[in-house]
Parts: sequence; structure tokens; C-alpha cells
Amino acid sequence: MNDRLAGHVKFDNVGLRYGTDPEVLSNLSFTLYPGSFYFLTGASGAGKTSLLKLLYLAQRPSRGAIRMFGQDLITMPRERLPDLRRRLGVVFQNFRLVPHLTAFDNVALPLRLAGADEKRVVKAVAEMLDWVGLTHRAHAIPATLSGGEQQRVAIARAVIARPQMLIADEPTGNVDPEMALKLLRLFEALNNRVGTTVVVATHDVHLLKKVPDSLIMRLNKGQLSDPTGALRYPPRPAASGESGA
Amino acid sequence: MNTPPPPLSDAPETDSAADLATPARNRAAARLLPASRFAGPIPWVIAILIALVVIAAAGGLALKNLATSASADLSAAVTVQVIEPNPDLRAARGADAVRVLTAMDGVRAVRLVPEAELVALLEPWLGEGAASGDVPIPALIDVELSRSAAPDDIARIAAALEQTVPGARVDAQSDWLQPVYRALSALQWLALGLIALVALATAAAVWLAARNAFAGARDTVEIIHLLGATDRQISAVFLRTVLREAAFGAVVGAGLGVAAVLLLGQQFAALDSGLTSGVGFGLAEWLVIAAVPLAGVLIALLTARITIALALKDML
Repeated sequence: MNDRLAGHVKFDNVGLRYGTDPEVLSNLSFTLYPGSFYFLTGASGAGKTSLLKLLYLAQRPSRGAIRMFGQDLITMPRERLPDLRRRLGVVFQNFRLVPHLTAFDNVALPLRLAGADEKRVVKAVAEMLDWVGLTHRAHAIPATLSGGEQQRVAIARAVIARPQMLIADEPTGNVDPEMALKLLRLFEALNNRVGTTVVVATHDVHLLKKVPDSLIMRLNKGQLSDPTGALRYPPRPAASGESGA
Repeated sequence: MNTPPPPLSDAPETDSAADLATPARNRAAARLLPASRFAGPIPWVIAILIALVVIAAAGGLALKNLATSASADLSAAVTVQVIEPNPDLRAARGADAVRVLTAMDGVRAVRLVPEAELVALLEPWLGEGAASGDVPIPALIDVELSRSAAPDDIARIAAALEQTVPGARVDAQSDWLQPVYRALSALQWLALGLIALVALATAAAVWLAARNAFAGARDTVEIIHLLGATDRQISAVFLRTVLREAAFGAVVGAGLGVAAVLLLGQQFAALDSGLTSGVGFGLAEWLVIAAVPLAGVLIALLTARITIALALKDML
């Protein structure tokens, strides 16, 4: 199947429950297309983080089928998941930097785990730290970085390996509006210039208007709605006044 | 920050970029998990356990050598007793027995033990009465065969003596030491059992330590797992630490154990006893003892590997 049509990710009637609790996600069916910019919205507790966990392979669904980059996640043995994870970039809600590593080493992690040559790692990380304006903080450990600096390190770590898909969970939740806008521009640039598929979970409705070509998926009590046609093919970008969240 | 991330060029690394990398002196900090240099008790626990195994192994080997040496000395030896109350008749039958035995095939040496020697042997138990002649002492003949004394050989000697020396009693000398051999064998099994128990204790200690280390680093493991680390990469991080700590414990433990063995060896050597003269260690024994710390490190690595693999399997 054509990659564009097949999409990067395809969910088919997916449900997720933790233990014997009721499902936190129910009957999710959608496709994420390469090079698109998605916002995932919904109130707190709607299931955004759970859906992102399925996307960044921290969780397997309780039912349904998921295909990612053309591969069936349900039947895929766990030994093959690291290869898939290396094609993803993730900005976790609380950044999840490795506390004993410097900013430099945190950003270098994806490349080092992928076995990149150390000279290439050093050069790429230096470029990335310069890009996020943290060259002067390269040797700082996360505990000594401000919230905004930690966030930029997390973003640099997420994009350094040029992922095919970037997943960000409330990336603007802890920063001021000016920084939030800067981060969005950064994601947009990555999406436009590098072609990375971007999925940003947020409950901030004002953000949605800031990326004109974005598509919006809305979660409500674990159910997905499609207010803007994001889940149709070809996906229709949200109009600026059609935030829907 | 409003521009996209720069492309990763193929240009050579610049000095300024190199300056940003973790300085060589802090290279350890770039490890995926925090370094824990002998911070926990595990290296010392392993050292104690390895020392115990070295001592137990040395004890087992010494007992084995002792049994082998005693068995080799006595395996070809046969004793003939001529039991006759009349001293003159006893002496005559003793001489007859020596003559018959000397003429037999497969007999290397025959020696009639002088009566004075027998008296001296018995004196500690019988006192001066042993020499009084009131207690009849059998004539004793040491026979050395050209091979180990089998039951058939004993029967053949008894048959040959039956006509000339009626009532002669023939015993393989090794038979007298069977209870001693059995005791030595039991002690060897005890040493083996101790070694097995200590190996289990080592595995249990490493299992606990690896589990705790994994639990303590679980957040970091989850992060690097989600960033694409393989189980092998994560295990390698833990195994490096275990290898370093187990190797330290093994070296210290082996040193302590060998020191104790040498000290005990000196104490036994000072006894100057025929019983302990055969326990000395050769190259083979020292190689077995050298294998103990290596085996300890291998057990630690194997246990840690299984523990971490099981813990990782709980994660997606």
C-alpha cells in the first residue's frame, strides 16, 4: 500500500484498560498520515496521555489492532520494539530527563543508543544545544536547570535523531505563553522542513489556533471525535476558528 | 529557536563541539545508570562467601588427598596374623608362613614383624604387660603385593597358608581403614555441600542486589527503554557494575581464603604427622582453588543477567 495512504499509524477499534478497571480508551479508529501536524485535545482525564502511551509504545492496547510504520504492533515481539522506538521522538509531560546525566548526555542518548559514532554524536548534540539556546548549559545536570531549560533539553533529545514521528505530551504545560509559542514554532519547523509527523497533546485551546495547518483530534472520556476532519483521508486541516476543543 | 534544527552535516568535529562533550575525567557520568563504586555491601558479601568456598574447597581437596595417599600406601598391603599361644610354635609357623608367602606369585615383599616392634606398638595400650609374655601376641607378617589387594588375592593367600599354617588370618590392610575412608568421604561430601550452599547464597545475594539496583534505577531504565534501548544494552549496564563488584569481591575473598588455607597448612605441617603428610597441594589443587573466584564471578553475572532479563520482561 502507498505509504501516504497507509499512514504512519493506524488504529483499528482500539481499547485500553488498566488491570480490571473500565476502559480508559474505547473504540479508537484513526490514521495518522506522514508529514501532518496533529493536536490531540481533551479535558484532563480524557485519555490523552493513555493514547500517547500507545503511540510511543509504552503500552499495548487491551484490544483492537495498531499498525505503525507498516508493522503490526499487536503481534510484534518485544525484541523488535526498540527499532520502532528509535523512529519516534517523545517529549514527555514531565520531561523525564535522566537525572544523573548532563544536558549534553541527555540529548546524546538517542544517538548513543542507536550506536552512532561518538564524533557524530558530539557534533550533532552541539548543534542541537545551540539550536535550543542551551550551549552554555551543556554540562548542567537536570536538577540545576530551570523548567524551561529542561523542556528544551527534552525537545532537543526528542528531535536529535530526526524521528519520523514526534509525540509531545503537554509540552507547553509548564512554560509561559511566550515560550509555549516558541516551542510550537519549533515543532512546526520540524514538521515543515524535516517532514516529521507531529502529535501534540494539549488542553490549551489557544495553542490550536497558532498552527494553521494542524489537524485536531478530540478525546472525550476515552472516545475520539473528529471535529475537523483530521481522521478522514485526505485529512482536512482545521480552520483557524475551528479549534473544536 | 525559531529556525528548524540544523541538518547534521558531515563536516569534521570542531574544537568547540568537542569542548561541549563530557570531559574525559567525567566520562563515567555519561553512563546510563548512576555509578555505584563499592557503595553497597555486595562486594564484601561476595568476598566473605568466596573466602568460605576457598576454605571449604581446600578442606575437601586436602581430605581427598589424604584418603588417596592412605589408600595408595595400603592398597597393596596385606597382613597375615599367626595366632598361636605357644611362642615356639608361633615362631615356627611364622617362619613357615614367610616361606610360603615368599614363594607365591604376585608377592613383592614379605616381612615378619619383629616381636620387639609389636611389643612397642602395643605398649601404649597394654602397658608393660605387653612385654611380660602373659598376653599372647600373634605373629604379624607384612606382605606387599605387586598390585592392589583384591578379595581374590586374599583368598589365594589364605588358601596357600591353610595347609602349612592352620588358623592364619589374612587381612587387606585397607580394610582396617574403611571406617576412616568412609568418614573422609563424608567430610568431602560435607565440603561439597557447603560449597553448593555458599554458591546458592552468592546467587541469592546477587539476585537481591540486582533486583534492588533495578528497582532503584527503574525510572531511568524506563526512559532509556522508551528512547530505544534494547534489553541487551540495559542488561550490559547492570552487568558491568555486577562484574566490577563481583570481581573485587572475588579477588578479596580468594586472597582471604588462600591466606587462611596457607595458615592452616602451616599448622598441620607443624604436627609432623604421617596422617597429614599426604595432604599437600599440587598444581591441580591450586588450579581448582583459583577456579573458585572465577566461578563466583560467573555465578554473579549469570544470576544478575537472569534477574535483569526477568525484570525487563515485565516492561513492554
